[in-house]
Amino acid sequence: MTNPQMVMYEEEFNQIQAIVDRLVKEANARVVFIIDKNGQLIAASGDTELDTTSLASLTAGNIAATGGMAKLLRENEFTTQFHEGEQSNIHIQLVGNRVILVVIFDNKTSLGLVRLRVKKASEQLNGIFEALLQKVQDPARETPFAEITDEDIDNLFND
Amino acid sequence: MSFINYLSREINCKIVYYGPGLCGKTTNLQYVYNKTNPEAKGKMISLATETERTLFFDFLPLALGEIRGFKTRFHLYTVPGQVFYDASRKLILKGVDGVVFVADSQIARMEANMESMENLRTNLAEQGYSLDKLPYVIQYNKRDMPSIAPSEELRAMLNPQGVPDFDAVAVTGQGVFETLKAIAKLVLTELRRSGG
Ligand SMILES: Nc1nc2c(ncn2[C@@H]2O[C@H](COP(=O)(O)OP(=O)(O)OP(=O)(O)O)[C@@H](O)[C@H]2O)c(=O)[nH]1
Ligand SMILES: [Mg+2]
Repeated sequence: MTNPQMVMYEEEFNQIQAIVDRLVKEANARVVFIIDKNGQLIAASGDTELDTTSLASLTAGNIAATGGMAKLLRENEFTTQFHEGEQSNIHIQLVGNRVILVVIFDNKTSLGLVRLRVKKASEQLNGIFEALLQKVQDPARETPFAEITDEDIDNLFND
Repeated sequence: MSFINYLSREINCKIVYYGPGLCGKTTNLQYVYNKTNPEAKGKMISLATETERTLFFDFLPLALGEIRGFKTRFHLYTVPGQVFYDASRKLILKGVDGVVFVADSQIARMEANMESMENLRTNLAEQGYSLDKLPYVIQYNKRDMPSIAPSEELRAMLNPQGVPDFDAVAVTGQGVFETLKAIAKLVLTELRRSGG
């Protein structure tokens, strides 16, 4: 495996959720979510009626595509993207080259405010994900899957 | 690279359907989508050209059920098979947990199958993966077409390692769920081996 496994525990999740909740409020955004670079949703806050699973996968694809372009230009990854629409705008921020922070907002707020709040949140998130990574790489870490049997797996498909 | 969430008690895995252009990757996902209960699936996303060729990827999130109190979720992706979309194929392979290689059984497509498999190996290697170590199954699709190679011949050419393989007609669904179940099993078995 080239990348360590992504794992989420209650303690870190609560810290992350608190940051995301605060960001929605302070930036006056419609929705904020965090996904990993593979497009898996980690946390969300705000108007989560939106199809966040689909948005997560498309955002990851978008970051992957611009990352590919950066590579061709021998450039470091583009860490920030902004897409402006008539009603909604999307601000995408790569955090610690590992997770993606997405803010969707409308004209109730401004790009300047969003940028400012995103910057602060990114710094905090970066620290949390660093610590999480350390924890995941601990060889003594317990996992729920060491014990599963062939039967457990077969049972998944008996519908 | 699977994602284990201890809080929501979920495990997420990524499966990629790979293979030459028009072999039936998107059709596999469409069949799975159409036959799955609404509560077990999310929206299927297809980033395609106007002629319905995959441009970047198809994406289908699927919930399979619980193992030991953990919900298992699979994210199915297809790559664009056309040769010139290679840069996109590489991106889709990032973080993959299991690969389904969809071969086109038509004799005229044998070279395309071989090239695509070679391309899969190269692209995985670039990211430090090896096809021999990854959960991996093969599907021989389009068994309903007139000029097809016998399964044994396809197997000899494309499956010397003897990974699980299946005959399929993706348009009617034959072999589609067998293929998906086989790769899902291998991915979960690998998770147990590697300790998640
Ligand atoms: N007869 C027959 N046609 C099939 C079968 N599977 C797929 N097709 C048809 O083959 C064509 C291409 O299928 P797709 O699923 O779009 O192929 P793809 O592999 O996604 O192609 P790209 O996106 O270009 O890589 C479509 O017209 C399908 O209906 C099959 O088993 N039998
Ligand atoms: Mg396709």
